[in-house]
Amino acid sequence: MLTAHWLYGLSGCLIMTFGLRAVLLNDSLLQRIIALNVMGTGVFMILITIAYRGPDAAPDPIPHALVLTGIVVAVSATALALTLIRRLTEEQDND
Amino acid sequence: MIDTLIWLVALPLASALATQLLPRYATAIVISTAIATSINAAALLYAVATHGVMLYQIGGWTAGLGIALRADGLSALLLMMAAIVLLASSIYASAYFNDNPLRRRFWPLWLLLWCSLNALLLSGDLFNLYVTLELLGLSAVALASLGGKTAALQAALRYLLVGLLGSMLFLAGVTLIYAGYGTLDLATLSRVVAAGPIAWSALALMTVGLLLKTALFPLHFWLPPAHGSAPAPVSAVLSALVVKATFYLVMRLWLDIFSEVVTPQAASIPGVLGAAAVLWGSWQALRAERLKLLAAYSTVAQLGYLFLFFPLLQALPAGAARDAAMGGLVILALTHGLAKSGLFLAIGIIQQRSGHDTIRDLDGTAQRLPATTFAIALSGIALIGLPPSGAFLGKWHLLAAAFSAGQWLWVVVIMIGTLLAAAYTFRVLGHAFGQQPYPRHPVTIAAEEWPALILSAFATIGLGLAGAPVWQLLKVSL
Amino acid sequence: MNFDTWLPLFVVLSSLLPGLVMFFLDEGSHRLRTVLNMSGALLKLLLVGVITWGVFHQHIYETRWTLAPGLELVLHADTLSVLFVILSTVLWLVTTVYAIGYLEKSPHRSRFFGFFSVCVSATVGLALAGNLLTFVLFYELLTLATYPLVAHRGTPEALRGARIYLAYTLTGGVLLFTGTVWLHSIAGSIAFVEGGTLNQLHADYHPQLKVIFLLMITGLGVKAALVPLHGWLPQAMVAPAPVSALLHAVAVVKAGAFGIIRVVYDVYGVEFTHELGLLTGLGIIAAITIIYGSVKALSQDNLKKRLAYSTVSQVSYIALGITILGPIGTIGGIVHLVHQGVMKITLFFTAGNYAETLGIHKVSEMDGVGQRMPATTLAFSIGALGMIGIPPVAGYVSKWYLALGSLEAGMAWWVMPVLVTSSLLNAAYFLPILYRAWFKQPATKWPSEKILPARFETQAALLWPPLITAVLAIAAGMFAASPYSPLEWASLITRREYGL
Repeated sequence: MLTAHWLYGLSGCLIMTFGLRAVLLNDSLLQRIIALNVMGTGVFMILITIAYRGPDAAPDPIPHALVLTGIVVAVSATALALTLIRRLTEEQDND
Repeated sequence: MIDTLIWLVALPLASALATQLLPRYATAIVISTAIATSINAAALLYAVATHGVMLYQIGGWTAGLGIALRADGLSALLLMMAAIVLLASSIYASAYFNDNPLRRRFWPLWLLLWCSLNALLLSGDLFNLYVTLELLGLSAVALASLGGKTAALQAALRYLLVGLLGSMLFLAGVTLIYAGYGTLDLATLSRVVAAGPIAWSALALMTVGLLLKTALFPLHFWLPPAHGSAPAPVSAVLSALVVKATFYLVMRLWLDIFSEVVTPQAASIPGVLGAAAVLWGSWQALRAERLKLLAAYSTVAQLGYLFLFFPLLQALPAGAARDAAMGGLVILALTHGLAKSGLFLAIGIIQQRSGHDTIRDLDGTAQRLPATTFAIALSGIALIGLPPSGAFLGKWHLLAAAFSAGQWLWVVVIMIGTLLAAAYTFRVLGHAFGQQPYPRHPVTIAAEEWPALILSAFATIGLGLAGAPVWQLLKVSL
Repeated sequence: MNFDTWLPLFVVLSSLLPGLVMFFLDEGSHRLRTVLNMSGALLKLLLVGVITWGVFHQHIYETRWTLAPGLELVLHADTLSVLFVILSTVLWLVTTVYAIGYLEKSPHRSRFFGFFSVCVSATVGLALAGNLLTFVLFYELLTLATYPLVAHRGTPEALRGARIYLAYTLTGGVLLFTGTVWLHSIAGSIAFVEGGTLNQLHADYHPQLKVIFLLMITGLGVKAALVPLHGWLPQAMVAPAPVSALLHAVAVVKAGAFGIIRVVYDVYGVEFTHELGLLTGLGIIAAITIIYGSVKALSQDNLKKRLAYSTVSQVSYIALGITILGPIGTIGGIVHLVHQGVMKITLFFTAGNYAETLGIHKVSEMDGVGQRMPATTLAFSIGALGMIGIPPVAGYVSKWYLALGSLEAGMAWWVMPVLVTSSLLNAAYFLPILYRAWFKQPATKWPSEKILPARFETQAALLWPPLITAVLAIAAGMFAASPYSPLEWASLITRREYGL
């Protein structure tokens, strides 16, 4: 039976796949960075789904901790990528 | 003794902050941190050899939410190799970056890389591994971009994207593992993992992610530009250590945690890719016009050798022959780390002195810098796998395993790869002989030439003649 | 921890350590380099003297060091290794003197003498190797140490010669290495034991053993310059004279020949090799090489090239002796290891003297050189007559034993014609040189006279070495029957090999 919990997990998978497809097939650097973030969101959604332990039990804290850490990492990575892209465009403008 | 584990991570991290806050003393901070961390790594190696596996739980938190650090023989060996390479490269870098602002940006990232590398090697938990993998990747990318030119930035960006994609795939695999087994602790996992769709798909996802970062053929496309355009000490560390860190994870997964799950057919995949990497990488190295590209393609080839061990280790039953082959794999990885970093440092000297690294026009420089050329020769011997290098012992055990397992195909690959490596090494060394002017003293730039020489000599003479403890240490495992 | 267990290692280190130090000496520190060179060479001679005496009296000298599980570095002195060690040590000492004189004021001497010492250390190491692994290790090290010596001059020809040399020897090295590991995976660690050990293996392994033999002999045959693997040798003669001397007499070609002796006698065992049907094939190749080398030598005008082809031919006498079943043929092969070395080094020294002193590189330029350089030409003549096999120079002893051995083994019908033909060819390419040198009128001007006669016809450091080796060549022939002569020692080896 398709419960909300499954629906959420499957959407996570779909989002991850779309993100992966976009990373592999896009040429634009910026689009690839965004696609990677989309892909990450998909993975995080799956992780949150895993934490579900039934309507009465409290959710598992570990996946939540993982998602929080994951988000921090993703944000820093995106920041580094954006800085590099900006420097690259500056460098190319100079040339 | 336990403190060693935490200091291996904490000291580089604290020093990274210190170099940012006190840029004027940065060089002194880095060199003393490098020495202290090397001593720490040696102490850890000794402790693991005498007391067995070392464990430390940060803040007393137990596995699950807590972060545990642990070291066995394999991780202690890799930590020691990393310490030697980074100590030598730090001394080298202090002379190499004569441009002050650049050096100011370099040191904090450098120590951050060391910190995350140590943390990765000491993690015993898949999620901590993911985090350290990302930290390592990010600091490596930032360092690779320091070259500043368009080519370096482009290569660094590609490196970053590949790394992020790899980590994301790895994380997806980790998620599957947690969904399937409810734990991320490596030691627990190795007991509960069972063959089935979850184990296979999780292993597949994590492996593809890691192989992307390890640059196994055909996923190596990003490596030559990234390693070829970074500053010399960075290239040295990227080629010697950063790809080894992800390789270390593949090793842990395939040869340890998932070893029961891996079928002969599955194990032949890394073998075949490794063989292709050996042949393709060596061939490209032979055709390379620039020294740094030669060294980078040689890394692609050398990583291929490491993957040749996978089908063999899968085929050999547990016992003396498998242990011997396992040691061969590790000593080959260690030798490559030391030799390749020595090679990149030496190339850096040539590039700085002559303003280029075009192999064709090497004559004058190679003859003006005999010690540097000698370092290239020594590391070349280790890359070919000639005695008395550690790689000779590694290749011996690789061949022996191929003969014992009856897998003849690899024998031919190894023979051809060896000859190609000899061809690309001596293509460079030929330029050392000629009638160009030469210096009165063999060593002209001590702070740069000695680190390169010592790293190469360590790979070629040290590990070859005194490598037996590697096999002893590998008996200590999680 | 006693002296006996470290002695073999010291023999290797006595040249290796000075060599490593020399790499880091300044170009100008000529005197320190000479002191290091000579003290290393003399110390080695002393240590080798002790070992020789000890091995004769059945002492055991053995150094062991574990490299990895199942892989041990073993240096062990037995009668055969002692023979090769003495040859290398004595000839190295002489060649060092020669090289110091020859390279005076030339560039890159630190590098040259560094690799020169490593080269001899590798030769001594493979002579003392107690198992196949150790042999392979030093065999490859020898390749690495000789490449820079061949390339030393840095001219395009030198680089080309060195490249060809390297391509041949490294390919051979890979084959030898593969064969060795394969053998290890079948039979475990392969120690050199008189009489061999492989005959104990089950007959199922025999096909594999044949392939391994082929791999290893091909690998060794490259350095031993067996036809068709000899292509590098004539190219490598671009090296400076002392290097050619060492390459042709002691280090490289002998390492190959010595390895073949080890594999046939001390790994497979000569009877077992014969049982596998491998001995005849090796004999035929040796015979072809002997004739081919001599024929090629005939048409060479370049003196060093003629000598190089002569080496191709002469070294295969050793291989031929190995394939003659029975102790007498064995003696002939083994003793030629020494005899050819002493005679050939004399020839290369003298060729170097002609080139250095008068700029003579070709046979056609040698008219009347005997009048200008009588002592050098005398040494040359002794070496040449020895090669032909004229008593009392040592060469005839080897040929005599080879012939006698072939009679004993019933192989005379093909060995004798080879020996006779080859001796005639030797005469045909050496005697005309002697005739030119002694009896023709000298040209009015030498090609490029560099050293004007002062006290001697050339520098003393260049003159004495060939004279000494020429005397040694005569002594080895004249006193062949006395104790400690190469012949007696070869007989001792053979007695122990055949368990007589």
